[in-house]
Amino acid sequence: MSQAPLLGLEDLRTEFATPRGVVRAVDGVDLSVDAGETLAIVGESGSGKSVTALSVLRLFTRADRARVSGRIIWRDRDGAAVDLAALDERRLRNIRGSDIAVVFQDPSASLNPVFSIGAQIREAVRRHHPRTDAAARAVELLRDVGIADPERRVDAFPHQLSGGMRQRAMIAIALACAPRLLIADEPTTALDVTIQAQIMRLLAELKRRHGMALLFITHDLALVSEIADRVAVMYAGQVVETGPVDAVLRQPAHPYTRALLACRPVRRYRDDAPDDRILETIPGAPPRPGAIPRGCRFAPRCAAVVAACRSVEAVGLEASGDGRSVRCLRWRETP
Amino acid sequence: MTATPLVETRGLGKVFDLPRDGFGPRPRLRAVDDVSLSIAPGEVLGLVGESGSGKSTIGRLVLRLIEPSSGSVAFDGRDITRMPASQLRPLRRSMQMVFQDPYASLNPRRNVGDAIAEVLALHGIGAAAERRERVAALLTQVGLSAEDAARRPREFSGGQRQRIAIARALAVGPRFLVADEPVSALDVSVQAGILALMRELQDGLGLAMLFISHDLGVVEVMADRVMVLYLGRVMEVAPTRAIYTTPRHPYSAGLLAAAPLLAGRERPAVQLRDEIPSPADPPSGCVFRTRCPFALPRCAEETPPLRPVGEGRQMACLRDDLVF
Repeated sequence: MSQAPLLGLEDLRTEFATPRGVVRAVDGVDLSVDAGETLAIVGESGSGKSVTALSVLRLFTRADRARVSGRIIWRDRDGAAVDLAALDERRLRNIRGSDIAVVFQDPSASLNPVFSIGAQIREAVRRHHPRTDAAARAVELLRDVGIADPERRVDAFPHQLSGGMRQRAMIAIALACAPRLLIADEPTTALDVTIQAQIMRLLAELKRRHGMALLFITHDLALVSEIADRVAVMYAGQVVETGPVDAVLRQPAHPYTRALLACRPVRRYRDDAPDDRILETIPGAPPRPGAIPRGCRFAPRCAAVVAACRSVEAVGLEASGDGRSVRCLRWRETP
Repeated sequence: MTATPLVETRGLGKVFDLPRDGFGPRPRLRAVDDVSLSIAPGEVLGLVGESGSGKSTIGRLVLRLIEPSSGSVAFDGRDITRMPASQLRPLRRSMQMVFQDPYASLNPRRNVGDAIAEVLALHGIGAAAERRERVAALLTQVGLSAEDAARRPREFSGGQRQRIAIARALAVGPRFLVADEPVSALDVSVQAGILALMRELQDGLGLAMLFISHDLGVVEVMADRVMVLYLGRVMEVAPTRAIYTTPRHPYSAGLLAAAPLLAGRERPAVQLRDEIPSPADPPSGCVFRTRCPFALPRCAEETPPLRPVGEGRQMACLRDDLVF
């Protein structure tokens, strides 16, 4: 990659001060997103995938008592590099919503229930483009996100819309500033499967039409294969594998990625015998944040573990060629 | 199915009254409409559909946790639709439920051994010492250990808590289990373990199951037959393989097309537009027609009956010419 990435995370660490001590949810993440590219971060609960995404704009409340360190290099519209980790709150707010927009899992939590969706879109339009006709633009944005009859729907309040419509309205607000990066944190997890398919198609289409980059957070590897160019798999606060999505899903190099892929239930129909019902699990549970094991963090659950995995200080993320990286001592031996 | 069904419903319906919105008649919501199903001993019937399809309501109706508005429910050949509570109580031992959220169904202040023993005491099973032994055996059976009886729910992971909920459901020796989204709150790496346990128990104990899930992949692995619901009505019911490899109803095809897949199977190219309409105001005729890419004018006038179309399959679609 000759061009500098749009967003580069370097040694990102995010800690939360809890009554039981400091918890490091993200522990040394290096990732980048190119302009117009989709990077999916996939992991189970507690892997740090959402915290990684939220750290980019420090979207935490005071009560979270979060501390973000490392570098978050953002390429602004003039091509200059800005370290978001070093920006004060006010300047970070300017970037949020003007260059980087966010869509969350639960649109009801992000929409204001006492204002119509039109009012909320118009506000976003005015904030970023004061000279635009906000009313006309709001209708246009609703049409853009596939809401039928936008002239009428623009006056609807959030509670009058279905979950799928609310998510579309959220996306319209996000698009109001013409962002160059959209962060989508499990945007379809709360939706029914047919609506999920519609939102996934919408995101893919918007991305193509507006040329924006997408940072897509999900627990579902199948969704990753539908939308992402590259994928990063996270486990216990770290990236354990990253690379082009087809290559990683077809030939996972990390035992955790392999295990995660194998966990999806599969049934093979047979005519001459009972069907095969394949239900693979990963033994054990991810480490608790306060009890991260020495060496490889996945070693206690790994099918390919050797003594060295537990005895080394830590396992680093190594480039394994073809734009792929893997955090495993034994990656050279993988089939 | 020639064997006597363990669970059978005929024309089951459930209407909920909604709060009045201004003047006029009180709005009503038909959550379940004319559902007839049967589950043989040891059989797993999968129930799929989007939110508002009525699948959870059906689960509660067949256990008579709520009263039907119409139709009947029979368990083991006995009509339980209007059976008084005193007669129903002994039958409750035979039919149990596992919910989505194991956190909500366990009392945080009691150790899990007591939580399981309580169910045994409630049904007058065994003396105190026997109950303790039975609790230990149940915990082992679900992949935990006898020592876990002394621990509180919060000391367990989500998957372990679901195992405890299963142990509690099994305590009274049921023949029928309603599992309502039992793995939906769990991480994928944990889901398969719970599903494998449920398969094993189903197999070993000959449990019949009504397995409710929005996750088509999970249902495919668990169910012997699958019933597809939309707005409270049955769209299609067929052996699992038939539904998943050759769906006949446009809604079944649309659901399968929408499910994200990693690779391998081809899926039907049916894109469903719009969203499920309000169950308080369902479309006339076929309830699915407003989203159906193949709807004809007469679909608005006629309600398609659920009809047999061969190979143990029934479907409710006027069209016979669709192949997916």
